[in-house]
Amino acid sequence: MDLIQLAVFVAQGGILMNLMLVSAAYMVLAERKVAAWIQSRIGPNRVGPWGMFQSFADVFKLYLKEDIVPAAADYKFHALAPVIAIGVAISVYALIPWGGPLVTIDGHQYGLSMTPDVNVGVLLILAMTSVGVYGIAIAGWSSNNKYSLMGGLRSTAQMISYELSMGLAVVGVVLIGGSLNFNELIQGQAANSWNVLYQPPGLLLFLIKALAETNRAPFDLPEAEPELVGGYHTEYTGMKFGLLYLAEYANILASSGVMAALFLGGWDPIPFVDEAALLGMDPTSLPIVLMGMGAFAAKSFALVFVFIWVRWSLPRFRYDQLMNLGWKVLLPLALANVAITGTVILLLQ
Amino acid sequence: MANIKENTESQRLNFWERIYLPEIARGLGLTFRQMFRPKFTRQYPEERWEPEGSYRGRPVLVLEEDGERCVACGLCSRVCPALAIEVRAAETDQEKERYPEKFEINMLRCIYCGFCEEVCPEEAIVMSKDYELVFGSQEEGIFGKDKLLIPVAQLQERLEFLRQWR
Repeated sequence: MDLIQLAVFVAQGGILMNLMLVSAAYMVLAERKVAAWIQSRIGPNRVGPWGMFQSFADVFKLYLKEDIVPAAADYKFHALAPVIAIGVAISVYALIPWGGPLVTIDGHQYGLSMTPDVNVGVLLILAMTSVGVYGIAIAGWSSNNKYSLMGGLRSTAQMISYELSMGLAVVGVVLIGGSLNFNELIQGQAANSWNVLYQPPGLLLFLIKALAETNRAPFDLPEAEPELVGGYHTEYTGMKFGLLYLAEYANILASSGVMAALFLGGWDPIPFVDEAALLGMDPTSLPIVLMGMGAFAAKSFALVFVFIWVRWSLPRFRYDQLMNLGWKVLLPLALANVAITGTVILLLQ
Repeated sequence: MANIKENTESQRLNFWERIYLPEIARGLGLTFRQMFRPKFTRQYPEERWEPEGSYRGRPVLVLEEDGERCVACGLCSRVCPALAIEVRAAETDQEKERYPEKFEINMLRCIYCGFCEEVCPEEAIVMSKDYELVFGSQEEGIFGKDKLLIPVAQLQERLEFLRQWR
């Protein structure tokens, strides 16, 4: 690896990190606004126009808060947990295919995706997102608080039961695309059509599992306020709490990005249309790539809206209902989806 | 839970209701429509609420052109369940002979019951529309005559209400 490549990596990392922070800030604002609208309220509108700077004010407040650690907590792990949560959330961003290559330096093409050609990208993302549960589990355990521990345990159990069928939901897409590389999967979708048309149950299953993986309502059992106070983050204050909170929103955007890439055609703006040929431009030219990035962002944020919308519409599952749904309903459905997709592909060949 | 045999979910619900998805879609549709319905929030410091005459805000003393109506009989102080009112009477050369030298309402104690207004023989203490009570210390919470006396012109709606309904 030469110096230029290193510099590009550092720049990409900086951009992605800031992208994550800013988008998380506005996702929090969007969450509060959508919640307010659904409840016939207006939502935050005092800090800047339409409350644009509300999240930044909140983060500033969190920075000024006292950092309280319970006397009986295991300090090392208590401090480590938010770092794991946010670290995993950020590292997933390196794998998400944000758009095609933007610039060419020394014969290498660079875009916003740090690792555009990892040939097991899908697998790696699934692996990374399941590491994220360590942050929550350690946070719950090290706080030395019953409620936190319950939250951490629930998160672990939820992860085990949903990770499996999440992987299986992706298998259908991988069978159609014939690859685990995000670039090839997206190019395949741009050439034929979006996977959601072949795999609607796959998208539905993946969406349900993504809700469970990111601990969002109706699967937000790890933090279920009425029963567990705040769940795993009960004993966290100040920016440590802020990091756990940030990680949750970072994971939502990451899951939305993965769904957009796997099922909604990634950076392909319109299905069945070859935009580059229509406009008479090179598919790797800058306007087309920028348009693709815009399309990817639009799809991701539409899915983020779905996450928020679902949260303010549905009640929380009971713990046994969650397990029933995961093992008795979603797992067989995911297996059936894999079997049917595989059979159809085999028959078509 | 495992012992329930009658009226189970599978008996109560039909197939489509049992797989939840159509019902979830309906619920999502409801919340989506709700997002575009009118909002009920009042933007408080900019949009203020104007109460009706029947509203019981902070009690005030009525100020006529020739001075206050109060004759310092002390009935309001006597009836006040929260012991918030303190009156000290003094004599005057005017026709009504007595006036309150000191009239204090401790707004930290006042419970806005309106008994003082009800008991007043001169209609001199009435409940106003003022609901914005802010003070920085306990001492500031004790309102003297300077804050209590309000010109009669501003209290017409309340006096009208009392004439009609009392």
